[in-house]
Amino acid sequence: MTRPNVEVLTDLWTRMVRIRQFETRVTALSAANEIPGYAHTYAGEEAVACGVIPLLTSSDWITSTYRNHGHSIARGVSLASIASEIYGRADGVCRGKGGSMHAVDQSLRMIGGMGIVAGGLPIAAGAAFASAMQGRPDVAVAFFGDGAVHQGAWHEALDFAGMFKAPVIFVCENNLYAETTSVDYHLRTSSVAEMAVPYGIASATVDGMDVLAVRAVAAEAIDRARAGAGPFLLEAMTYRYGGQYEGDTQTYKPPAEVAYWRERDPIAAFREKLLAESIVDRSRLDLIDAQVQIEVDEAFEHAIAAAWPDPSELLTDVYTTYGVSGVA
Amino acid sequence: MMPRQLVIKDAINEALRQAMEADERVILFGEDIAGGAGRDVEYPQASDAWGGPFGVTKGLLPLFGRRRVIDTVIAETGFIGASIGAAIAGLRPVAEIMYADFIGTSYDQLLNHAAKLRYVYGGKTSVPMVVRTVTGAGFRAAAEHSQTLYSLYAHIPGLKVVAPAFADDAKGLLLSAIDDEDPVIFMEHKRLYMLSGDVPEEPTRVPLGVARLRRAGTDVTIVGVQKMVHTALEAAQRLVDEGISAEVIDPRTYSPLDTDAILESVSRTHFLVVVDESYPRCSVATDIAAMVSERGFGDLRGPIRMVTAPHTPVPFSPVLEDAYIPQTEVVVRVVRELVNG
Repeated sequence: MTRPNVEVLTDLWTRMVRIRQFETRVTALSAANEIPGYAHTYAGEEAVACGVIPLLTSSDWITSTYRNHGHSIARGVSLASIASEIYGRADGVCRGKGGSMHAVDQSLRMIGGMGIVAGGLPIAAGAAFASAMQGRPDVAVAFFGDGAVHQGAWHEALDFAGMFKAPVIFVCENNLYAETTSVDYHLRTSSVAEMAVPYGIASATVDGMDVLAVRAVAAEAIDRARAGAGPFLLEAMTYRYGGQYEGDTQTYKPPAEVAYWRERDPIAAFREKLLAESIVDRSRLDLIDAQVQIEVDEAFEHAIAAAWPDPSELLTDVYTTYGVSGVA
Repeated sequence: MMPRQLVIKDAINEALRQAMEADERVILFGEDIAGGAGRDVEYPQASDAWGGPFGVTKGLLPLFGRRRVIDTVIAETGFIGASIGAAIAGLRPVAEIMYADFIGTSYDQLLNHAAKLRYVYGGKTSVPMVVRTVTGAGFRAAAEHSQTLYSLYAHIPGLKVVAPAFADDAKGLLLSAIDDEDPVIFMEHKRLYMLSGDVPEEPTRVPLGVARLRRAGTDVTIVGVQKMVHTALEAAQRLVDEGISAEVIDPRTYSPLDTDAILESVSRTHFLVVVDESYPRCSVATDIAAMVSERGFGDLRGPIRMVTAPHTPVPFSPVLEDAYIPQTEVVVRVVRELVNG
């Protein structure tokens, strides 16, 4: 893969900053008890979403998880519509019916932010299967964490995709923790990538703190899937700066480990690279930082002022039609 | 065209064939729905060996090929989940769960994903898929191949549940289920597969959510659930000799449920008996009884009675299994007690 040009590199950096600043705000608002319900933030893992999603066409499919803000932002969902969704407002991306755990945009072919850790994988495999069957070039990408690899759905999805050569890329955000449980306890293989082998699926492990490294492998995986070579399992080694959810005190993380990964921060590292190689100058990056800050401010100002859903929304969209009278 | 007699199994097969002929997007997934996969190259006789364990899908493979009649591995989460994704991505999958008892192996995909991908995300998509599955005791198939489990699906907002008892309904409702934009669980009773009835040759749709009056009567309403419609009809016939005129309603679909038809009937007969082969707790029978007691209480002149299986697993021994399934004489006795006060 050829090196991305300046515009692409700047765009990747902007998306990563957008995710980081958005999630930093979500963490602060959660701590202040401003947000109803659960929030799961993506800070630390930005290089994974931004290494993969910008490579997709608008007709490719994505399944996400309850930790989805980063995927949605990388896909181009507006910060305001995600913020409104987190606040349960009528103009949220799901009209306030999903909240933080489901804040993805189906009109951008993001099928869902699944609350079940491996729930999206079989669905992504099916979307990929359908695309191939209909002779379309679309691929599907299923994001999941390392904690998902033990569920039956994970194995059945890889089995299905391998058997039918479905053009799906399974992207593992290996952030070292399934909730509080370390990969040192829960994985018996030396990597998640290895687990693709019995399913006849190609795989690779990549530095998930390096957006260009993720992008290079993802590009190859997407190209080969589009070319009919079948599924791919991409394991990105990354780190979840927040807890499993906002409010998790993270007493299970050794300080030295946190320091190690913070030292390898994907945004700081990418910024260094862009500056060191004189790709973008400091003032441009600072300007983007400032612009994103305004965007985030505006998104949340918008959300807290946005209208609540009309109570009648409770009953809409359970079905497309229901019974002769159309109601339950 | 003239109706002709078909058994339910063949009526379902015909619906699938006509839907597949009419719409390239309709595909079938399931375990051994054709059979012989992987052996039929070297040994062509292996092809289409089963057509599913009851032969319902037999003959579709030669017509549509393995591209559209897709034998899966025994992994229901995998192919039910894939059906959801395929439905969203433009196909109309009809997946078969070999026995309704196997629901547990795919329940998350139906409960949390198929049922909710429309509502949770603000109504931007729909999941036009059908899950065909097989219900019912009376096959000496013991506890894990004999349950009905209608309520495990009907309980979930976002799923529709169909359970036909007659051949014409089986065909017409399946065609409607395949047309439907929402996920539909289509439940076929294994003891009804060989029941014959008039079935139109043309692909005539039967709408979901409309009950069918199977016998008119004036003294009591008997609602039968799937195979129990036939038990109710037998009971109604026997009650004639006792001077009791029983009306028999087949709801046909349990989500949506045609509440109006049931309430209207009860408003005329003033008595209700619900007959269901399922367990007695939290079932479609209790659902119907609760609905009528809430909305039709003023019309009732006696308690709503239910004739159901006991709260036990389905036993194997023929003697025990026959005692498990609600019998006609019990329905007759319950109606007699109720109407004669």
